[in-house]
Amino acid sequence: MKKILFSLGQYLLLAYDCLLSLFTRNFEREVLLQQIYEIGVKSTPVCLMTSAAVGMVLALQTGMASISVLNEPAYIGTVVTFSLIKELGPMLTAVVLVGRIGAAITAEIGTMRVTEQIDAMYTLGTDPIKYLLVPRILGFTIVLPILTMLSDIVGIVAGGIMSYLRFDIPSTTYISDSLDYLSINDFFHGLIKAIIFGIVVSTIACYKGFYTEGGAEGVGKATTSCVVTSIVFLLIGDYFLSSLLISLGIG
Amino acid sequence: MIQIINLHKSFKNKPVLKGVNLEIYDGETVTIMGGSGQGKTVLLKNIIGLMKPDKGKIIIDGIDITTADKKTLHNVQKKFGYLFQGSALFDSMTVYENIAFGLRHMKLSAAEIKERVKLYLSYVGLEGIENMYPSELSGGMKKRVALARAVAYSPQYILYDEPTTGLDPQTAETITDLIMSLQKKLNVTSIVVTHDLKAALKVSQRIAFLYNGEIIDIEQPDKLLNTSNLFLREFVTSALINQTNYN
Repeated sequence: MKKILFSLGQYLLLAYDCLLSLFTRNFEREVLLQQIYEIGVKSTPVCLMTSAAVGMVLALQTGMASISVLNEPAYIGTVVTFSLIKELGPMLTAVVLVGRIGAAITAEIGTMRVTEQIDAMYTLGTDPIKYLLVPRILGFTIVLPILTMLSDIVGIVAGGIMSYLRFDIPSTTYISDSLDYLSINDFFHGLIKAIIFGIVVSTIACYKGFYTEGGAEGVGKATTSCVVTSIVFLLIGDYFLSSLLISLGIG
Repeated sequence: MIQIINLHKSFKNKPVLKGVNLEIYDGETVTIMGGSGQGKTVLLKNIIGLMKPDKGKIIIDGIDITTADKKTLHNVQKKFGYLFQGSALFDSMTVYENIAFGLRHMKLSAAEIKERVKLYLSYVGLEGIENMYPSELSGGMKKRVALARAVAYSPQYILYDEPTTGLDPQTAETITDLIMSLQKKLNVTSIVVTHDLKAALKVSQRIAFLYNGEIIDIEQPDKLLNTSNLFLREFVTSALINQTNYN
């Protein structure tokens, strides 16, 4: 228990330091652009493929379920759109980025820690929080909502194609099913989630890397711990975040 | 001037430094010797503020860094160059980018930075390797690049952590000579942590012996071999026997 509280305190202090650098705009902008490219552009294909697959399977399952209940495929667009925009879009994109980017951030910063490269940065007059951590956290938090929106669109379109090919649902019906019940609040519901997921997952990845101990084995353990902690947070935190947003009338 | 007063540091309740007292005057080179695990690197990292002591003071040019705020500590750290035991070169950067990294805060033009990197690479005898990555260099080359990086921004103090460990005798000799020549060229204050008695005798004005968490003796190199301190005599004799056997 003492260890958990110590880690939590250490994490919050690091997050506070990062926040302070962010608001004083005291961080490396060049590194931020590099990170946006690394996290954003290079992760786009895998995020879009995942989302397309999920959109198609959602359309298929909803269509089959509604046939067995109502004897016809109904409300496929509504289910696919709501599921993706409010839940699966932010969640799946965050999970993909945890695996692709979060683990890489922890491994990179952790390796720098155990090989004294972070100490070297201090001795060369550079604060590693401003040089390494803030650009990664900011990059991650900017990219995750953008990738989520792209994934939502691709998933909904893929669901529409599946509905047409499998159930002969015309695109006009699918679009009206998708948009008729959707409000701007539902869109914000997903967007706010993506931003919060981005902040938490990237700070966990940076924290785990920054406090890595114990050589190559330590880097391995920190990377595993980053992925496990992030995914557990995403799954459990998602419920509480959804409840909070709904109680606030956002979606 | 660096003053270390009654410095204590423990790890998981295991005391490593138990009241270190040492003064290092401007322009001199002091070597800290001692057995493995005696806390030599811990002492260096406390001096530069990479570790916080449990008790005691470290006063650098009148500023106690143990109680200084982050900004003051950061400004004090800028006065130091540090040669890490494992070189600690940034492996995602080229040799040029590694050396130029410390120059970013000096408000130099790109041409001046380029010139300076070239100059310091020539000091360590490694001209023309600017575009290579650390993974393409040998251990000795890495140490020399790290040395160039540590001194390129003209620090007031240089800390050397085991500069010759893990190197063959010839490369070790080259590094020792480099430290001496940089010392003369730059007139800096240096603290060297090493097991290498030959290098210590060559580069230092004073040699401090760290034993059981305390500095138990400080001698000038020419008086070290005749010291009356029993532990130090034993250490020096073993070091000399090892060196003779190795050579």
